[in-house]
Amino acid sequence: MTTHRDRAGALVTHGLLIFFALLAVAPILVIVVNSFKTTQGIFGEPFALPNADTFSLGGYERVFTRGQFVVNYRNSLIVTVGATVATLVLATLAAFALTEYKVRFAPLVGGFFVLGIMLPIRLGTVPIIKTMISWQLMDTLTALILVYTAMSLPLAIALLMTYFKAVPGAIKEAARIDGAGELRTLSIVLPMVRPGLAAVASVTMLPVWNDLWFPLILAPSRENQTVTLGVQQFVGQFLNDYPALLGALTLGAVPLIVLFVVFSRQFVQGLSAGIGK
Amino acid sequence: MNRAHYRYFLAFTLPALVVYVMFAALPLVNSIWYSLYDTDSGVARFVGLENYVYLFTNPTTSERFWNALTNNLEFFAIHLLVEVPLGLLLAALLTSGTLRRSTGLYRTLLFIPTTLSVVIVGFVWRLIINPLWGLVDFPLLGDERTALPTISLMSVWQYVGIPMIFLYAALLAVPNDVLEAARVEGSGAWSTFWRVKFPLIAPQFGLIAILTYIWTFNGFDLIFALNGSAPGPNYSTDILGTLFYRTFFGSSGQLSDLDLGATVASVIFLIILIVTAVYFGLLHRRLRSYEL
Repeated sequence: MTTHRDRAGALVTHGLLIFFALLAVAPILVIVVNSFKTTQGIFGEPFALPNADTFSLGGYERVFTRGQFVVNYRNSLIVTVGATVATLVLATLAAFALTEYKVRFAPLVGGFFVLGIMLPIRLGTVPIIKTMISWQLMDTLTALILVYTAMSLPLAIALLMTYFKAVPGAIKEAARIDGAGELRTLSIVLPMVRPGLAAVASVTMLPVWNDLWFPLILAPSRENQTVTLGVQQFVGQFLNDYPALLGALTLGAVPLIVLFVVFSRQFVQGLSAGIGK
Repeated sequence: MNRAHYRYFLAFTLPALVVYVMFAALPLVNSIWYSLYDTDSGVARFVGLENYVYLFTNPTTSERFWNALTNNLEFFAIHLLVEVPLGLLLAALLTSGTLRRSTGLYRTLLFIPTTLSVVIVGFVWRLIINPLWGLVDFPLLGDERTALPTISLMSVWQYVGIPMIFLYAALLAVPNDVLEAARVEGSGAWSTFWRVKFPLIAPQFGLIAILTYIWTFNGFDLIFALNGSAPGPNYSTDILGTLFYRTFFGSSGQLSDLDLGATVASVIFLIILIVTAVYFGLLHRRLRSYEL
């Protein structure tokens, strides 16, 4: 029962969405495509694909010889995986307790955690620096993992609580009657909140990987730089070497885009369920 | 309610609580504490509000502060006025009902910029609007009048996915029988959107506005990546985040000052806190009461 009006409407909708999708993706594509060209190619025909004359991997060569992207990637991986795993473990324990044990101050503790979703943690940087100095954690990846875990816990706990609430009480009771301890009960329930864990992992990873502020302040030395900081410094040093610049930007962007496309559903779910509520 | 429950509750929440308090909640409170001290001599000396008096009466620091605050308000206003309506448009298009399987593809593509690091976003756009490349022949980032709006729009380009996703989720939650009823009464897509869907998702705008406020007043990365810690031209792109960084970390021509840094942080915290408290205290419940 499609009418002419419906079809015209669909056409306009698709047209607009294609326009905005291009606006979102084209600038990134231009950078990626041009990173495979020579300087002349980049400025001569910025919107052409590389051809036999303009194709060059020279930019990437210089990125790898002068930059230190292997070290940067290693650091970002350690920090991101470390903070994500720590967040998952601590948030699972806390969210389980907050929904499971109806003790009198549970709502208070829950509220205290949830408040953190809105707290601008960066404003506490001066005391954080002082703590890290006194614990001799300045310029270490551990410092970053600790801060990012603290920063990610509120949203993670809020999200996981909505998933734990949905688990039928009968399952937990059955486990306890069978003599399972509390940790064992949690591990029986855990598979039922798996979508929640995936959502938490995806909303934790992206901001951690992308952050510039804390790497700049807590882990700035060459051997501790993350990818985000590495790209920032590299670009500052090689301002006129366009192929290398574009190569560095591509190397910084591509892993994230791949990660997001893989986890896109969980990410969207996590974001809308966690903050929208 | 037995005793064991208290024990388990404590044991399970304590690890998260310790990390959260040590590295998030306590530092924020301690910032205010530190702002009342002077540690320049190596020994902490209580000075009351002296750091605040200095910040607001010293001609240089107070000029920089008010400049950063004004710029930050502009940065926020551009986000609110461009990003939120654009997010609404995209969410409305994604849920218009005329798309079928392509919804997921569009949603993913539109959200890609949000997943990138601001460092990358900043440089990608700086290259694209570089007069050398010929797309734009005006130095948008080099002129005092256009630099901040240009950076704000780069940020809008990156983050429009966030309001889009919130509004998209809200629109999906509109019950089908309500839409069906509108259709039976002969309401077209346009009037269904404005008369049925929009009023139902309106409470979301309050939350989106306050989150935008918190995020923009906490902004730093994009401006620092593009213009450094004394963001030019002539501080025209300096916002509170870059001012804070410059104060405690130092920059060329300015010594690092942790006490004054804590003071600036506390003032920013207050600016965020007051508005957020007013929103949740007065507006949030009233907006929510219109929700289904």
